[in-house]
Amino acid sequence: MLIKTPAKSTLTENHVTDESVYSGRRSLLKKMGFLGAGTLLSTATTSSNAEGFNFFSSDKESVFKRSAIKYSPASNAAKSEILTPETKVISHNNFYEFGTKKSDPINNAQAFKVNPWALKISGEVNKPFTLDYDDLFNKYAIEERIYRLRCVETWSMVIPWLGFSLSEIIKQADPTSKAKYVAFETLDDPKQMPGQRSRRLGGGIDYPYVEGLRIDEAMNPLTFMSVGLYGKTLPPQNGAPIRLVVPWKYGFKSIKSIVGIKLVEKMPPTTWNILAAKEYGFYANVNPEVDHPRWSQASERRITSGGLFSRNRTATLPFNGYGEEVAHLYKNMDLRKYF
Amino acid sequence: MRAKSNFPPVWLVKVFIHIGALLPLVNLYWLAYLDELGADPVKEVIHFTGIGALNLLLLSLTLSPLAKFLKQGKLISLRRVIGLYAFFYAVLHVLNFLFFEVQFDFGLFIDEVFDRPYITVGMVALLILTALAVTSVNKIKRGMGRSWQKLHNSTYLVGTLAVIHFYWSVKSELTSPLIYIILFIFLLFLRRDKFTRWFS
Repeated sequence: MLIKTPAKSTLTENHVTDESVYSGRRSLLKKMGFLGAGTLLSTATTSSNAEGFNFFSSDKESVFKRSAIKYSPASNAAKSEILTPETKVISHNNFYEFGTKKSDPINNAQAFKVNPWALKISGEVNKPFTLDYDDLFNKYAIEERIYRLRCVETWSMVIPWLGFSLSEIIKQADPTSKAKYVAFETLDDPKQMPGQRSRRLGGGIDYPYVEGLRIDEAMNPLTFMSVGLYGKTLPPQNGAPIRLVVPWKYGFKSIKSIVGIKLVEKMPPTTWNILAAKEYGFYANVNPEVDHPRWSQASERRITSGGLFSRNRTATLPFNGYGEEVAHLYKNMDLRKYF
Repeated sequence: MRAKSNFPPVWLVKVFIHIGALLPLVNLYWLAYLDELGADPVKEVIHFTGIGALNLLLLSLTLSPLAKFLKQGKLISLRRVIGLYAFFYAVLHVLNFLFFEVQFDFGLFIDEVFDRPYITVGMVALLILTALAVTSVNKIKRGMGRSWQKLHNSTYLVGTLAVIHFYWSVKSELTSPLIYIILFIFLLFLRRDKFTRWFS
């Protein structure tokens, strides 16, 4: 029998710091009051420097932990477009709850708590129910969908989302005949979301953020509830743990970190429409023919890899190129009036 | 006289102004070229040069009141170089828009300038600023006599248009444009005697 005598310096499993202890060491030190004012200030919400490059730093414990998801991959046909690199997808975000600059969400959202979560489906339904954090990943078959995302500010991305069709949730709830619209609501938690605490940081928006769809838009197979991207769960800056993705509408319709889905009879209020009704309509379909009052919507810049000199301006397509699937929803409507 | 002798040589201050104005630009375009300026380097270079132009313009407007307050007449001699850098940044701001945002689509560029009031306002500001930059050459300045000062009083118009342009361009985050508007109004307030003379 071979008897191994370990050297004194050899570490055994007993020596390994439990990961949760390790990753919590900052907050532990803070609780014990060991850190000076300077270190505490470094976590202030308005870190304007570093411009979203924090995730390259070695300070890994401050980065939100994403886990792998099992999913059925998108068809090869969907993969013909050049994807926006993951680092850009997760560092260039409009999520005013965490600040109005594109780099604010990645800098301010890393401590966001997504588990436990409760997504409540209610309103004009026969079977209201609530999904908890695990339900989001286990209750429905998760598939990959590669969608173009067109922001109303004229930039666009191509993103491999993971999730399931919104229609699955709605069908499960069994809507009544009065269910004409679907109203969505983001988490209201000023303690976690600096933009909700301060009108200055939050861009003057009345929170919680609310969005809405017509029931037929919501039931369209393209309308997607995303719980992940690039093979893993969503990072907070992209709307963890669950967000809407409506690829033929401007990005602001795709509400993030959803806690409520309510089926309603009347057209629900929507955040950007409340803020500036002349600039942002309820429908907000991507439409190169209808300009934003302050800029043209005829073309867009596709954010991919490549720096300042990449020629990335392309024509914007009606319904963001998804007209075949969704144009029929609006066939007798004047889309200039209902923009 | 004692106060004046404390002032460092003007040429040395100007060297620092050149470095302070040019080095950030080298850094900016280098990072943008490497694609290390956030996810959208185009937006970054446009915003950086726009805000930079406004900062420099307001700085140039700070010099006269500051020279009076500190009794440092030499500060006045820095107005031109800083004003010219404000012009330079504003030109880059527009070129960034043309080169990198609309990417040489001249039709779209013209449409945007005339269709979007906030861009029209910015463009008018730049045109006036161009006239000020061109006439800042000593020879021309001397040749213009009294009309030079009249023309250069339009700096205040440029400042007004520039802060409106900024305020009008943002989606909803009005805080920073409002700060600039307040700063600008304060700089005008410091010149209230001058304005009352104009209008009396």
